[in-house]
Amino acid sequence: MNDLRLRLSQNLGLLLAIGLFLLFWLVYNGLHPKGFSTAVLIQNANESFVIGAVAMAQTVPVLAGGLDLSVGAVMTLVNCLASVLVNGSGWQMVLGMVVCLAAGALAGWVNGAIVVYGRIQPIIATLATGAVYIGIALFIRPTPGGEVDGDLSWALTNDVYEFCATYGLFDDGEAAWLAPFAWIPMPLAIMLLVIFLVWIPFRNSVTGRGVYAIGSSEGAAYMSGVRIDRCKIAAFTLAGFFAGLGGLYLALQTSSGNADVPQAGAYTLNSIAAVVIGGTSLMGGSGGAICSLIGAMVIRAISFNFRIFDIAPLLQPLFEGIVLLGAVSIGAARVFRVKNRLELLG
Amino acid sequence: MATGSLPKPASGWSLSPEDKPILIAGAFILVILAIGTAYTLATQGTASFLSPVYLLQQLQVGAFLGIVAAGAMLVILLGHIDLSIPWTLTAGAMLGSAIGGPYAIPVGLAVGMVVGLVNGLGVAYLRVPSMIFTLGVNAVMRGFMVMLTGGYAPQSTATPLMSYLATGHVLGIPMPLIVWAVLSVLVVLLLQRTSLGRYIYAIGNRERAAYLSGINTRMVIILAFVVSGACSALAGVLLAGYSSKAYQGMGDPYLLPAIAAVVIGGTNILGGRGRYLGTVVGTILIVLLTSVLSVMQMPEAGRQIIYGLVIILMLLVYGRQRGVIA
Repeated sequence: MNDLRLRLSQNLGLLLAIGLFLLFWLVYNGLHPKGFSTAVLIQNANESFVIGAVAMAQTVPVLAGGLDLSVGAVMTLVNCLASVLVNGSGWQMVLGMVVCLAAGALAGWVNGAIVVYGRIQPIIATLATGAVYIGIALFIRPTPGGEVDGDLSWALTNDVYEFCATYGLFDDGEAAWLAPFAWIPMPLAIMLLVIFLVWIPFRNSVTGRGVYAIGSSEGAAYMSGVRIDRCKIAAFTLAGFFAGLGGLYLALQTSSGNADVPQAGAYTLNSIAAVVIGGTSLMGGSGGAICSLIGAMVIRAISFNFRIFDIAPLLQPLFEGIVLLGAVSIGAARVFRVKNRLELLG
Repeated sequence: MATGSLPKPASGWSLSPEDKPILIAGAFILVILAIGTAYTLATQGTASFLSPVYLLQQLQVGAFLGIVAAGAMLVILLGHIDLSIPWTLTAGAMLGSAIGGPYAIPVGLAVGMVVGLVNGLGVAYLRVPSMIFTLGVNAVMRGFMVMLTGGYAPQSTATPLMSYLATGHVLGIPMPLIVWAVLSVLVVLLLQRTSLGRYIYAIGNRERAAYLSGINTRMVIILAFVVSGACSALAGVLLAGYSSKAYQGMGDPYLLPAIAAVVIGGTNILGGRGRYLGTVVGTILIVLLTSVLSVMQMPEAGRQIIYGLVIILMLLVYGRQRGVIA
């Protein structure tokens, strides 16, 4: 009982985020004429994937006590790269996607190497590398355009059934055992795969635990023999991989690449907001990528409701800002219960 | 001195660690000017980068960035950051020019100070990380401005005084440069000669220690954010005068260059260390770099890459931290 209470109190931020998401999403579906249908679910999942991936990307360096201001730029870079590479025959496309993800991871590795070996503060190092990545993206795609294979784009932005039907897998998706899963949107399926095959193994690895340890107390982690350099570089590399995944998906979704500088900035800032709403501490050491994914879903679920309530587009930025401020302020309310102000000061 | 050697005796030529970035950034400004001059000599046969007219013009443009950077520096010295600069700047410009008349500039500045006050309250009392709180305030301000203006550039134009402060000349010196210089003197006095300035450095180094020594840390944080908001709004008011009206997104190109200018000038992004002169040098460096690259007709892609590489290079030379911070 006490154990449960402790766990709940430790994850208050996450619980708040889950509650907010359920509230906004259920209201949206309840009022939507086609609410709770697969079509709406697919649309929602598609719209949430990129911001979710970028939020997960932001989480990993944040857990290590850093901040990555280049996630939006890496996402944009891979988006432009994908609009060039993901085309042609089957193997070319697979190779193209692998190259895209590898490019994202490489960009993240460069961030990590500059932070670790250059000993520059992550926030300012990634600010600079972000400009470089945006520059490379603009070289690849000076004007929006490019093309992504239509079949692939269709298959990966629909449900599992359409994916199988497009590529003739499992009797065109009609196989009996597949029926219970056929409704799952592909973006959700990909996200689950990434969580179970990449994030959870990473979190449970020595390196992943090291990342949490560094965020809690870098000095203590160093004294306990945590390989600080390796963990930090791994954290930034994984961030690059997640951001690259987001960029690749954005290319599939829009069938094009666009080196949009304001959009890259907006994704970076939203990723920080998602991390905070999901309950991950910006000081590092607690939280996780799944929390941030839920944080990102909260942000998206809020904007879904703008469509339902027919809120003028002009008012939407105001609502987004107020909800963000409100969420972080509620999360900060514990401050007023703390008697000894020294506990609050670092 | 982690090596255990005795500290070197201070000779006349020794540099304090805070002077090094300023000298290197200053030298880099000369390199940029030399490259630009070599380019124009080769292509046009003139050394237009070295003409006083061109340099004054660049300083006039740089003054807007310099004013924003001055405010950003105070907040960074505290170990916080102000991401609400873009729409504080825009709000100051829009509301100032909307009010018009003699109250235009005071109203614009007041808007900035109110935004700064909200930032300061959130950071000092709620203890929300400044990065996220100012981000939220920025979104709210953007929302307010979009709601008020309908998403278009407002019709109202800048008052004559705003235009004069942004484009006028006194004895051949552009007015924004004079405004920047006056503000700079005030900031230097604040940082060097007042207890508030000392408190800012103290909090940036260790807030806990500052609090235990009896400093009203909350008040200092709030004041720093208020000054930062006022600086952003001042830059907005001048910028509206410069382009004769306020427009959507006018503040967006100022946030990251302002932070970069502060950091290139040697101010520690974690707070507590840095000199104002460095911020001035950093601002000039960024403005000249941007200008030289655009004269060389570098495409946007190349400009972004060079911009990023220069920041990394400068920081690799002198921004390296020492060891693990326990």
